[in-house]
Amino acid sequence: MNEALSVLMFAAPVSFAAIGDAIAQRSGVLNIGIEGQMLFGAFTAAIVAQSTGSPYLGIAASAIAGALFALLLGAISIGWNADQVVVGTAGTFVAIGATSTLYRQQFASTGQAITFPKLDNWGLFEPIAILTPIAAIIVALAMAKTWWGLRLRACGERPETLANFGKNPLRVRLAAMILAGALAGIGGGYLAIGVAEAFTENMTQGRGFVAIAMVTFGRWKPIWVLCACLAIGWLESLQFAAQAQGWNVPFQFLLAAPYFVALVVLALFGPGASAPASLGLPYRGPK
Amino acid sequence: MKRYSTAILYVGILVISLALVLAVFQMPIALSMTRLAEGAFGDKYGVSRTLVKATPLLLVALGMTIAWRAGMFNIGGEGQFLVGGLAAAALFQRVHDLPSWLLVPSMTIAAALGGAGYAMFAGWLAVRRGVNVVISTILLNFVAIQLLGWLTSGPLRENSQRIPQTEVLTSNARYFQWDRQIDLHAGAVLAPIAAIALWFWVYRTYPGLRLRVVGESPTAARSAKIDPKRIQLLAMAVSGALCGLAAATDYMGVTGSIDKGFSQQWGFLGIPVALVGGLHPLGCVGSAVYFGALLAGSESLSRFASSGPTFVYVVQGIAVLALVSVQSWRRKQEAASLA
Repeated sequence: MNEALSVLMFAAPVSFAAIGDAIAQRSGVLNIGIEGQMLFGAFTAAIVAQSTGSPYLGIAASAIAGALFALLLGAISIGWNADQVVVGTAGTFVAIGATSTLYRQQFASTGQAITFPKLDNWGLFEPIAILTPIAAIIVALAMAKTWWGLRLRACGERPETLANFGKNPLRVRLAAMILAGALAGIGGGYLAIGVAEAFTENMTQGRGFVAIAMVTFGRWKPIWVLCACLAIGWLESLQFAAQAQGWNVPFQFLLAAPYFVALVVLALFGPGASAPASLGLPYRGPK
Repeated sequence: MKRYSTAILYVGILVISLALVLAVFQMPIALSMTRLAEGAFGDKYGVSRTLVKATPLLLVALGMTIAWRAGMFNIGGEGQFLVGGLAAAALFQRVHDLPSWLLVPSMTIAAALGGAGYAMFAGWLAVRRGVNVVISTILLNFVAIQLLGWLTSGPLRENSQRIPQTEVLTSNARYFQWDRQIDLHAGAVLAPIAAIALWFWVYRTYPGLRLRVVGESPTAARSAKIDPKRIQLLAMAVSGALCGLAAATDYMGVTGSIDKGFSQQWGFLGIPVALVGGLHPLGCVGSAVYFGALLAGSESLSRFASSGPTFVYVVQGIAVLALVSVQSWRRKQEAASLA
C-alpha cells in the first residue's frame, strides 16, 4: 500500500501534465511547450513558496504561471496561426533558458538555495498527489458528459463543423491550452515542492515530453493516460528493486519498455479512432 | 528584392532578440556584446571554439531542415544523434586497430547509417501506419536515452574506467587536428560540405523540387503524380544521417568517448537553429555560426556574469517566436492586400 502511494506521488508531476495535455490534444493542439510550462510552474512555485512560506500558495502560483505561459504560446500558435510544433519548441527553449539564468543570477551565484516549508503529510499521503486520480476522473467525465467536452472533442476532430454551429474553434483551443498549461504548471510546481523539495536547473528533465508520449499511450483518454503515467512511475521504482535483487534484465530495458510498447501499439493499430483527427493542424477559417 | 529584405529582417531579429534578452537579465548590453564577440572571434582559440560548436548545430539543423521541408516534423534529432554516436562506438570496439584512413571514414559512415536507420523507423511509422512524426520521434528519443545508458554501462563499456563509458578513442579513430593548441578538427568541414550539397539537392535538382512540393502541398504533389511517401521516407533517412554525422563530429572530434551524458542536447539545440535559418540550407550556415558564436562567447561572458550559456537558449527561443510572429503578420498583410 505504501509503495503504491509512493508511485502515485512520484508519478504525480507527469500525471498532472499528461491529464492537462490530453485536454489540449483533444482540442487539436499539439502542445509541445508543455515542458516549458512545467518548468515555469516549478520555478514560480519555489519562489512563491519561499517568499510566502506556504507550499500551497506556491502550487497555486505554479498553476497561474503555467496557464499564462500557455496563453502566450497559444496566442502565437492558435491566434496568429503559427506552427504549433515550432512555437512549442521555441517556448521550451525560452523556459529552460530563462528559469536557469534567473536561478543562477539570484541563487546559485550567491550560494543560497531556495528553501520553503514542506507539504503536510496526512498519514500515508499528502494532499496534492491524491488530486491526480480526482483530476483524471473530473476531466474524463467533463469530456464525455458536458457541452464543454463535446465542443472540445468536435474542435479536435473537425473545427469547421464547430464553426458552422457558431462556436469559435480558436477560442475553444485557447481555453484548452490555458487549462492544459495550468495543469502542467501544477505538475511542475508539485515536482519542485512535493517531490524534489528544491528547485534545480532544468529539473523537469524531459517530463513534459514524457507527458506528451503518455497521452498517446493512454489513447487520449484521461483515465488511461493516468494509468500510463502510473505504469511509468512503477517501472521507475522497480529499477531500484531490480538492482537490489540482482535481476538479469538491465534496468534500462524496464525504463524503455513503456515508450517501446507505445511505439509497438502505434505500429500495430495506428493512432486509432480516439486520436483527434485535426491534431496539430491549424484552423484557418471555414473551408 | 524580397530576398534581401527577408535577410535583413532575420539579422535584425537576431540582434534585437540578443539585446532584449541581455536587457531582461540585467546584463550590460554593449559590454556583454563586446565580450561575446571577443570570446567568439577574438583570437584563434575563440574562432576554433565557435566553429567546433557550430559544427553539430549546423549538421542537426540541416537534418531538421530537410525533414521539415518534406512535411515531417522530426524532433527526434537527439535520439538519432545518440544512436549515430553509439553505432560509431560499436564499430570502434570491433575494429579499433584499423589504419586511420580506413577507420575514420568507416566510423563516420556508421554514425550516419545509425542515425538514418533510427529516423527511418519513425518515417516508416508515419507513411505506413499514419503515426504523427512528432509523437513517434519523442518516443524514440526516450528509447535512445535508455539504449545509451544500457550500452555504455553494458556491452560497450570499457572496464578500466570507474564511470561507465565507452573505450577512449585512439588517435587513429579521431578527426585530424591541424593545431594541437586549439580543438578545431577536420570533422568540421563536413558541415559546410553537407550544407552546400543539400542546397544543391533541394534547389537545383528535380528530386529536390519534388521534396519541396510534397512539403508545401501534399495535394499538389499527388495531382502531379508524385508519391509523397517515398520522398518523406527519404527525407527522414537523410535527416537522421545528418544527425548521426553531428554525433560523429562530437564523438570523434571532441569528447573521444561516450558516456551517459553524451550529447549536450545538440539534437534539440539544432531545431531553433534550423528555424532561424529559415529552413534553408545556406540560411542554416549563418544561423549555426551565430548560435555557435553565442555559445562559445558565453563561456568568456560567464567569467563576469553568473549566467553562463543558458541565456543563449532564451535568445534561440525568443528569436524563433519573433520570426514566426512576424511571418504570420506578413501572411495576414499579403492576404489583406490580395483581398
